[in-house]
Amino acid sequence: METILLKNIQNPNSADIAEYKKAGGYASIRKALGMEPQQVIDEVKKAGLRGRGGAGFPVAMKWTFASADPKFPKYLLCNADEGEPGTFKDRPILEKNPHLLIEGMIISGHALKAEYGYIYLRGEYPAAKHILNAAIQQAYDTNLLGENILGKGITFHLAVHQGAGAYICGEETALIESLEGDKGQPRIKPPFPVNVGVFSKPTVVNNVETLSNLPYIIEVGGETYAKIGTPDCPGPKIFCISGHVEKPGIYELPMGTKLRDIIYTHCGGIKGGKKLKAVIPGGISTPVLPPDKIDCPMDFVNMPKHGSMLGSGAVIVMDESVCLVKVCHRALKFFEHESCGKCTPCREGTGWLRAILGRIENGEGMEGDIDTMLAVSANMLGKTFCPLGDGAASVVQNFIKHFRPEFEEHIRAKKCVVNG
Amino acid sequence: MFSSAAKQEIEDIRTKYPNARAALLPTIYVAQREFGWLSSEAYDAVADLLNVPKATVRGVATFYAMYKQKPMGRHLIQLCTNVSCMILGAERLVDFLKITYGVEPGGVSPDGRFSLVIMECIGACGTAPAMLVNDDFHDNLTEKKLQEILEKYT
Ligand SMILES: Cc1cc2nc3c(=O)[nH]c(=O)nc-3n(C[C@H](O)[C@H](O)[C@H](O)COP(=O)(O)O)c2cc1C
Ligand code: SF4
Ligand code: FES
Repeated sequence: METILLKNIQNPNSADIAEYKKAGGYASIRKALGMEPQQVIDEVKKAGLRGRGGAGFPVAMKWTFASADPKFPKYLLCNADEGEPGTFKDRPILEKNPHLLIEGMIISGHALKAEYGYIYLRGEYPAAKHILNAAIQQAYDTNLLGENILGKGITFHLAVHQGAGAYICGEETALIESLEGDKGQPRIKPPFPVNVGVFSKPTVVNNVETLSNLPYIIEVGGETYAKIGTPDCPGPKIFCISGHVEKPGIYELPMGTKLRDIIYTHCGGIKGGKKLKAVIPGGISTPVLPPDKIDCPMDFVNMPKHGSMLGSGAVIVMDESVCLVKVCHRALKFFEHESCGKCTPCREGTGWLRAILGRIENGEGMEGDIDTMLAVSANMLGKTFCPLGDGAASVVQNFIKHFRPEFEEHIRAKKCVVNG
Repeated sequence: MFSSAAKQEIEDIRTKYPNARAALLPTIYVAQREFGWLSSEAYDAVADLLNVPKATVRGVATFYAMYKQKPMGRHLIQLCTNVSCMILGAERLVDFLKITYGVEPGGVSPDGRFSLVIMECIGACGTAPAMLVNDDFHDNLTEKKLQEILEKYT
């Protein structure tokens, strides 16, 4: 498949505006600025574009809400917090194709009549910060950003806002708090950001990859775009594969590519010909799958039917040498560390689950520990303030659901039964 | 007190936002760089310049893992041990750093050369295990490669 999002990234100067233009970049901007904002939204609707940040929310719907709000100015925020463990799909766009994102943001800004944009960039990407700032400067210098863009009477300002190491700031309302100069703790919804977002103004938050689809949608039109991928979930998707495969890395493939094909066809199968033990298909917060459940089409609509979620498209492949109690324990350490502390079920629950998993892993597990963990997770699910807590609970539930004997053996043997 | 260059930098940052409060996170970054870490003096400087109570500045800063609440070594090693890195040997690297440089997670080596912070995924999982030293990414790490890289940071 011809790449759209990762186009031209082998070119060592791909982040330069001249190279981007040479490869056809910034052609869509002229076309989009000649369209009415509503026409742009209509194309995105025809394209069937869903947000790539994890939830798969229809983009045109979110935009319609924000556009209907009479308050101005409006804000467009790009979520470049990319914190979901296993995920490294936005980084190549940010570092190698920054102008694709900027072009996408200008088009989106026009559709929303937003005058201000920010890229909320995680603190862990220092190189991307310099690359983005340089690219933004080039866009200002060529009148692609700022006032009266390309003489079309449209204003759009763009700046990078750097996060400082908090996974929860990827959640859109926490992101907004953080952009306003506060702790990144989620806000209650409603009101939704589309009505009361950053600086109390209508705000759209979209992921890096989502916004990077815009130039292509405008170039070929929504209908043509929608032919890529699956009917309910069109478009290209960047999958990022890590762990025990022969060829880990980033792969731009049509939405709906089967998980098995990603692992065995594109990534060359399990490293060293070992046996597959488990796959986390969409970043650490998504339910783990055993080897007999990987014939699932990787998109937002189909994955839930197969017992997991597409999440960020971050596939973590684990071979037979991996102790899953240990993996589950490490995952819960992460959630405990990243819990923002706002609500009790998550703040306390993640700590309890981490502690129990830790003692099982250390050979100090007790009879009944598995049921205790199931009780704790059941008490978290649906009772936390934001999806981080739900994610933590469902991670534990799914590891136990598919791999309960391994947990039981750890408790019985009073040691790690995989690595001794 | 900030240097006049730092003040100018913060003034420039300030223009990107509709109010001073929104400039708080980037200003704390500048303070951290200027003062080395977020000492009481650094907090005072931020509070004065943005006219935000010191307690608020401290409350915000302590929420974020990348703001440093104590003095750091000359070089900051940020090593990821999350799942993709862990299953490819990141824990051995943590042990190696302890044995070779005497630095433990959250600590500073006795000679003040390295600080070590354990990270929660730095977006380099496809080339795991990975770390940042100061602002530079290093990946596909082995004990040998780790040592070769660190020898360049004196
Ligand atoms: C705990 C948590 C972390 C999240 N992290 C990210 C992230 O790093 N990047 C991202 O784009 N979306 C993240 N999201 C999803 C955002 O809240 C939001 O749905 C998304 O940015 C919307 O953009 P999209 O519609 O383009 O996907 C996270 C959500 C939660 C609950
Ligand atoms: S679920 Fe966790 S991260 Fe979300 S608001 Fe509650 S404590 Fe914070
Ligand atoms: S898990 Fe280590 S870089 Fe992602």
